[in-house]
Amino acid sequence: MDRRTFFKASLAGGTALAAGAASCPAQARETRPMPPEAVGLLFDSVLCVGCKACVAACKEANGMPMEFSTADQYWDTPLDISGKTLNVIKAYRNGKMEAKDREENGFAFIKKSCMHCVDPSCVSACPVSAMQKDAKTGVVTYDKDACIGCRYCVAACPFGVPRFTYDSPTPQISKCQLCIHRHKDGKYAACAEVCPTGATLYGKVSVLREEAQRRLALKPGEKTEFPRGHLRASEEKALQGAPEGKGAQRRQGWKDDGAQRYPGVAGQYLQHIYGEKEFGGTQMLMLSGVSFQKLGYPDLPPRSDAATSETLQHTLYGGLIAPIAVLGALTFIAKRNVKPEDGEGGQNG
Amino acid sequence: MADHSHAHAPRPLGGSLLTPFTLLLGVLAAIAGVILLYRLFYGLGAVTNLNDGYPWGIWIAYDVVVGSAFACGGYAMALLVYIFNKGQYHPLVRPALLASLFGYTLAGASVIFDLGRWWNFWHIFWPGYAQVNSVMFEVAVCISAYIVVMWIEFSPAFLEKWGMKDVRQKLNKVLFFFIALGVLLPSMHQSSLGSLLVIFGEQIHPLWQSGWLLPVIYLMTAILLGFAVVIFEATLSSTGFKRQLETPVLTPLSKVMFGLLAAYVVVRVADLVLRGALGTAFAATWQAFWFWVEMACFVVPLALLASESARRSAAKLFISAVLLMLGGFLLRINGFLVGYMTGEGWHYFPSLAELMVTVGLIAFEILAYIVIVRNYPVLPAAQPVTR
Repeated sequence: MDRRTFFKASLAGGTALAAGAASCPAQARETRPMPPEAVGLLFDSVLCVGCKACVAACKEANGMPMEFSTADQYWDTPLDISGKTLNVIKAYRNGKMEAKDREENGFAFIKKSCMHCVDPSCVSACPVSAMQKDAKTGVVTYDKDACIGCRYCVAACPFGVPRFTYDSPTPQISKCQLCIHRHKDGKYAACAEVCPTGATLYGKVSVLREEAQRRLALKPGEKTEFPRGHLRASEEKALQGAPEGKGAQRRQGWKDDGAQRYPGVAGQYLQHIYGEKEFGGTQMLMLSGVSFQKLGYPDLPPRSDAATSETLQHTLYGGLIAPIAVLGALTFIAKRNVKPEDGEGGQNG
Repeated sequence: MADHSHAHAPRPLGGSLLTPFTLLLGVLAAIAGVILLYRLFYGLGAVTNLNDGYPWGIWIAYDVVVGSAFACGGYAMALLVYIFNKGQYHPLVRPALLASLFGYTLAGASVIFDLGRWWNFWHIFWPGYAQVNSVMFEVAVCISAYIVVMWIEFSPAFLEKWGMKDVRQKLNKVLFFFIALGVLLPSMHQSSLGSLLVIFGEQIHPLWQSGWLLPVIYLMTAILLGFAVVIFEATLSSTGFKRQLETPVLTPLSKVMFGLLAAYVVVRVADLVLRGALGTAFAATWQAFWFWVEMACFVVPLALLASESARRSAAKLFISAVLLMLGGFLLRINGFLVGYMTGEGWHYFPSLAELMVTVGLIAFEILAYIVIVRNYPVLPAAQPVTR
């Protein structure tokens, strides 16, 4: 009888599991598309001169503290993004460092800050909705009042972006939020605003992509013009929403500084826009003369990990169908097999 | 159904609570308490070696991911006894459940101390905050529910002691439902502990990034660990409390374990082969080294438990159980720490304070187990019938 019940039990459990899993196969989730109005940054390593004006401007705009890495603490010297620094410029150095943007015996500069992924791991990982992706602008935001400090976002991000303030009893996650707090004043990302060479540009991702493609099509040494600051602000009117709040500034909207252009010559680019395909796309696009892996950016597949993870979870737990079916089967089996727990005989069956 | 479940009803063990051993456990637990208090005032950085490259340390990888799997004895035995109707293992259920109870409750409590903004922890359960796509959400809710269910499952032991017959009888009528829940919930969150690694993507070394098979691999090892822990604990408590060895019940149990173990090794190796990850096991890396140690801990018990005569040897059973626990430990530590590659320049090894908290937690678990079995009906009064 043991064997028979065993088979029945396993059969019932197995059937329930299979039925549960099979009942929701359509929930497979693909990598999400970019919001059409998404805004972001274009960083051009070839134009970056490593002045770090963006690092200072970011600190000021976001009220971040100084960070010291030298024995004499004279000025802010962050080595990487951290709980105190949302944006840094790092240098790539090789051999004799004879020429800029050259991999061998050369050097280059690279920006590190949040990539604002189209399908971010941090948003998918966060159990309490502290990480959100704005449906319109696509900006990945953080809400410290929701956050429980589990740091799953820190662990999950393939770019190592969200950081945490371990030294505080009331810690929080810190990451670039594309200066959205300045949007209401018609201002945009501080890093792009102050960049003297236009190495960091702010704008709609579709516009930034056009500009990136234009540069890749240029012949090295060819004369061209480089924009600075905010690319074609006029195209972002839709994002402003209804004018609200007091004061003229709030209603003023984006200032179109499309006029800020300067003449220059095209550099030697790798034919690759980093962030266009990687990980389902990011709202930071990057151009460089040196391989992105050498600059510290991972070589990522076009599918986001969030899509894989959520497909798996939804297949198992979508609508709680499978768990409820399994629970039903388990309850049925347990009811037949459970005898009273005490030692006074099993009259209750 | 078989009624050997009543042949040896559980009874309190009695005996002295204050021994040099329990005193040592108490001191270790107190040290952990002080460190945790310090952590609340000065932040995680003050006591741990955590950093942005390794935002999760042993308080997650060991205390929760390994700890809850070590606490799967109750789950594995409930599955066997109540679902597969293997009544002969009934005497093993209550002690296993008790160990699970403390393992899980303390894993749950220790998470609070690992949360940076712990005062917000209730957000996980709150509509508006709760984010159901998060694997962490599933794990947290499911483990919390299981802790409650286990206290209900175990409550007959308290009710018996306190003589609350009415409540006990009412509970008895619905206990089957909680037992069913107590089988479902660990199946869910133990597999999800593996799913936690899916979103880490290529940051996890190919030897442990099994993608869709992660939940299967973690669930299989959780049940294996459950059986192993039952054998481990039964042997230790027989020795520690000077009782007769329970080998006659453990022998058939180890046969079930052997079957599952064989299936696990096949799944694990097939996964590596199919994903083309096996090659990385032959590279000269720390990851490859620890992979082989991990695999050895699964393969050696497979060899040790292969024959019926071997399964009758208390020593071989115990060694196999210890190796399997080590294997399950390594699978999880390897997945979450050794095989977690977040980029150049990051290092993590737990600080002394972190280690002391973990040690203190384990000490507290053992202490609580001793206090309960001496005072409440958990261990079978009579010795198990010999076959």
